[in-house]
Amino acid sequence: MSGDLVVFDDVRKSFGEFVAVKQMNLTIGQGEFVAIMGPSGCGKTTTLRMLAGLEAPSTGEIRLDGRVMNDVKPHERDTPMVWQSLALFPFLSARENVEFGLRMRGVDKATRTSRAMDWLDRMGIAEFADRNVATLSGGQRQRVALARALVMEPQILLLDEPLSALDAHLVIRMQAVLTQLQRELGITFVYVTHSQSEAFAMADRVVIMSQGEIAQIGTPKEIYRAPANRFVAEFVGRNNILSGTVTAAEAGQARIATPSGTFTVHGTLTQGQRASFAVSADLVHVHSERPEAENTLGCRLLSEEFVGSVVTLFLESEDGHEFKVQMQERQLSQFDLKGGEALWLDWQAAHAHILDDG
Amino acid sequence: MRSAVLWIYTALVFAFVFAPILFSVVFSFNSQRFPTIPLGEFSTEWYAKILADPDIWQAALNSLIVSSCTAVLATFLGFCTAYSDYRYRFRLKGAYLALILLPPTIPLIIMALAMLAWLSKIGMSGQLYSIIIAHTVLTAPFAMAVIRLRLNQMDENLEAAAWNLGGSEWATMRHVIVPFCRPAIIAALCLTAAVSFDEFAISWFVSGLNKTLPVAILEIVQGNIDPQVNAIGTFVFLISMSLIILAQIFLVGRQLKGHT
Repeated sequence: MSGDLVVFDDVRKSFGEFVAVKQMNLTIGQGEFVAIMGPSGCGKTTTLRMLAGLEAPSTGEIRLDGRVMNDVKPHERDTPMVWQSLALFPFLSARENVEFGLRMRGVDKATRTSRAMDWLDRMGIAEFADRNVATLSGGQRQRVALARALVMEPQILLLDEPLSALDAHLVIRMQAVLTQLQRELGITFVYVTHSQSEAFAMADRVVIMSQGEIAQIGTPKEIYRAPANRFVAEFVGRNNILSGTVTAAEAGQARIATPSGTFTVHGTLTQGQRASFAVSADLVHVHSERPEAENTLGCRLLSEEFVGSVVTLFLESEDGHEFKVQMQERQLSQFDLKGGEALWLDWQAAHAHILDDG
Repeated sequence: MRSAVLWIYTALVFAFVFAPILFSVVFSFNSQRFPTIPLGEFSTEWYAKILADPDIWQAALNSLIVSSCTAVLATFLGFCTAYSDYRYRFRLKGAYLALILLPPTIPLIIMALAMLAWLSKIGMSGQLYSIIIAHTVLTAPFAMAVIRLRLNQMDENLEAAAWNLGGSEWATMRHVIVPFCRPAIIAALCLTAAVSFDEFAISWFVSGLNKTLPVAILEIVQGNIDPQVNAIGTFVFLISMSLIILAQIFLVGRQLKGHT
């Protein structure tokens, strides 16, 4: 990672009254895999489209490799994109699709055919080169779309929810293909997605956006274990969030009184202030008897959810707050749960993460 | 039971629509002068007669020139309007579209009179190109409707994808938009050619001495009852039907293929 490739400098984008992106400052390094994640309408796709030149910033500056890009037309940029809809040219064969960009750049026929074939081969779909793209499967079409962008040998590849149309098992395969490609080519990937698993599995850094603003930038681990604010904690999911008033504060430790009970957290807070904290569902433990621990809470079991060997329990405290606990299925078998029974939760104070926005 | 009723109903509708044409075809091969039953002998006399008539040949040539020029012009205009509708958002777009789609809703005879009045005012009536101008106005909306339908099926990112890969706006038009619309463009060419080829009222008013086939037919009928008309009619019908069927193949055939 040598130097900054992309800089968003105070970029704002509005469509009439609607502000899609508010004051964005973001720097993306050379060779970095950055995922921009957020719910629909958070401005992530607009951000990507601005990078491709399909939207112009209302104010602020976007620089690519030091060059101000605001007024550069899309076709004068070298920022190929993989589209959510793939946007393959339906009247061309797989090979002709991959050749398209080279043809637009005036590359001669022999060269572009051999480069296109190299890429189709690399993506493992050389045998389908002369097939019409409409006759290919979803995964094969995905590979054509990737080859079509990468044959341009860009410094940066833009990806707009490219895997959202694929079956779950193909998504995992394509994730591996993408991360491997990114490492081999050493180019920057900017990947827009609403899927946490895709972003966390592939990206070096994740940018979380909410209502046109960056809510947090960090490595997947930072975002998962240390959400900056309530929005991130809720969006990343499987977090238990509690809010209350600080009743006691001393060296690096505080007690927060919430409607569900009073709990200890680690961190510097002042007495009397409002504070919120998040505890990840996999760091909360369940007991059938009240345990001797820092933070305990009585709950009633509402429901269970199985995904593979991981179980999520949904519980409710006396004041009606919902809690989530995640554990391995084999850990659960010791409880013999039928639903509705009273259980005890506990977590370590060190695992309660204080949120910035109180 | 219900499906039997439906079949009979459908057959009746088709019979109602096609019986007159069928009779015209049958009588065109009938040796008798008057279209009565029982029929006379099988004869190609009337075909021989029209093929020997230089006026008919001239009219056929005129019709061919008019319909092919009209098809090209109307399809070009139709494509441009359809694309401007697809691509741009602007004020009064609804009014713009309504205005474009207006000509076919005006009764032909009124349109023909208006065309005659206007073209003679600017000194352009009575020529072959007068018919071409008038027919272009009449048929461009059909071309626009057909091409617009196709453009609406296009992935909204397809054009941007071409720009993104280094295609300028013109290159994208040439290498993406036009190829994508090709089936609709061919269908529009066939359709507008067919409408122009058949059209009588406008041609009759603005053509002056340059007769097209429908005008020539009327002049024969005005004189007397002549089975030549059936022979010409059969030709015109065959050409128009072929064009319409071609248009259908390009429109519907491609759509079906697109769904697989």
